[in-house]
Amino acid sequence: MAQERIFGTGSRREEETDTPEPTTPPTSGAAQAQRDTQGTDDLLAEIDGVLETNAEAFVKGFVQKGGQ
Amino acid sequence: MERRIYGIETEFGLTHSAPQGRPLSADDAARRLFAPVLAWGRASNVFLPNGGRLYLDVGSHPEYATAEADSLHDVVAQDAAGERIVDDLRAQLQQSLDAEGVAGTVHLFKNNVDSAGNSFGSHENYMISRRTEYTRLLQHLLPFLVTRQILVGAGRVHPTGQPAFGALTPGDGSPSYSFSQRADHIWEGSSSATTRSRPMINTRDEPHADAQHYRRLHVITGDSSMSQTTTALKIGTTDVLLRLIEAGQILPDRTLADPAAALRTVSHDLTGTAPLELASGERRSALELQQEYLEAVTRFVDRHGTHHDRLDWVLELWERGLRAVAEQNPSLVDRELDWAVKKKLLDSYAAAHGMDYSHPRIAQLDLAYHDTSASHGLFHMLERRGAVESFVAPEDVSRAVSQAPPTRASLRGRFVAAAHDAGVNHTVDWVHLKLNGERQQRTLRCTDPFATTQEDVEEAIRELARGDV
Repeated sequence: MAQERIFGTGSRREEETDTPEPTTPPTSGAAQAQRDTQGTDDLLAEIDGVLETNAEAFVKGFVQKGGQ
Repeated sequence: MERRIYGIETEFGLTHSAPQGRPLSADDAARRLFAPVLAWGRASNVFLPNGGRLYLDVGSHPEYATAEADSLHDVVAQDAAGERIVDDLRAQLQQSLDAEGVAGTVHLFKNNVDSAGNSFGSHENYMISRRTEYTRLLQHLLPFLVTRQILVGAGRVHPTGQPAFGALTPGDGSPSYSFSQRADHIWEGSSSATTRSRPMINTRDEPHADAQHYRRLHVITGDSSMSQTTTALKIGTTDVLLRLIEAGQILPDRTLADPAAALRTVSHDLTGTAPLELASGERRSALELQQEYLEAVTRFVDRHGTHHDRLDWVLELWERGLRAVAEQNPSLVDRELDWAVKKKLLDSYAAAHGMDYSHPRIAQLDLAYHDTSASHGLFHMLERRGAVESFVAPEDVSRAVSQAPPTRASLRGRFVAAAHDAGVNHTVDWVHLKLNGERQQRTLRCTDPFATTQEDVEEAIRELARGDV
């Protein structure tokens, strides 16, 4: 991989290293449907794992001055 | 023009969330985010070895402007690289805060709105021919820009429905979803100001090139795109329409009676069929106008040929994107177009949890879709799972972090890298490269945005490498 860090030192994006590989595309229609359901369940669980608990406070906390 | 320069400027949102502690203010977060930039370039407004520009903009927004690219591939790669560069600053700030024991998480968003109704932009730049009559170009381009959001909008949740025209506060109706983030924040068709009246096209004439031949079209109405394929469609459709207009092609006059009102109508109408009033008194829907543009472009390309190798891809996705709206079947494009990718995610989540779009969790997901973090960002989560399409290879994005595209940007990038390595103070803008050396002070002008070599610049780079400056 090319040198990706412009500023500072060390390797970038350490948090990425233990992320799972993309799943392989399914083959048959039935297998696909099953995998889609499975995939959606996994995805929703992963989302719940990373989002902060207090949704309202999180959204309200994002206030920026106007840009262009 | 068969070959043109493109660039994208992105203003990022930044927040420090600390439910258990005291969050950093937006200003402090931005200042600390840029500490490594300041250490690297002795300024918070720098040009990079990849030819791009990184700076702190109005309102403490980190902003990244891509280098000049001359292909869809390169502009998408440079845009994605810019997101990585700024996200890397975010990761560094997080590490520093963790080391200091400061509680909380830094989030960087590639979106266009915050919770208080402030909007920030994604600006597209297209080099256009000076020969083309500008008012005619705007006349045909504006109805296209107003309606293209049904393809390339980033999607937005409105927990209490559509806001009243001009109101910065949310609506008071039932929850809804719009195609665009930015549509509710644009006030007029074209103007020379950007922050005050916020038009769709900024008419300030700064070509950053030979002003005799070129001008720069500065489109400021678009949404920032997470999806590479959405970025490619946004730039690719606009480019080919410009090509047709520049060629003098006759098009019917579809001037809108009220572009700013039409922008909102189109954004909030997921059917694409709401009638828009034209200056002529006729009415057309967003779908009808987009179909017209697509047909005109297709006929033009049939006659004149493709001018780049991804044009068939652009036309196919354009057609499919319109069909997805016409048939009310977003699954046709839910791997390629942000508004549909996001909607699918929100709908799955809402269905699994028995929620509707008024639930705060859905607004949180809407925001988290645009989080640039590889681990926390929902778009990037989908990308990792192979649930969305890409337009360029991952290694092309990695390369674009440190390497300029084969345009004038490569002169600038090599100059910046050489001056930085030599420790020589330098001042750079889009056209000028200036050395403020102890022995020499010199300003070089690069007015041809396509030129990848220029003798005086090469000489300066050699001198820098020899330590002669």
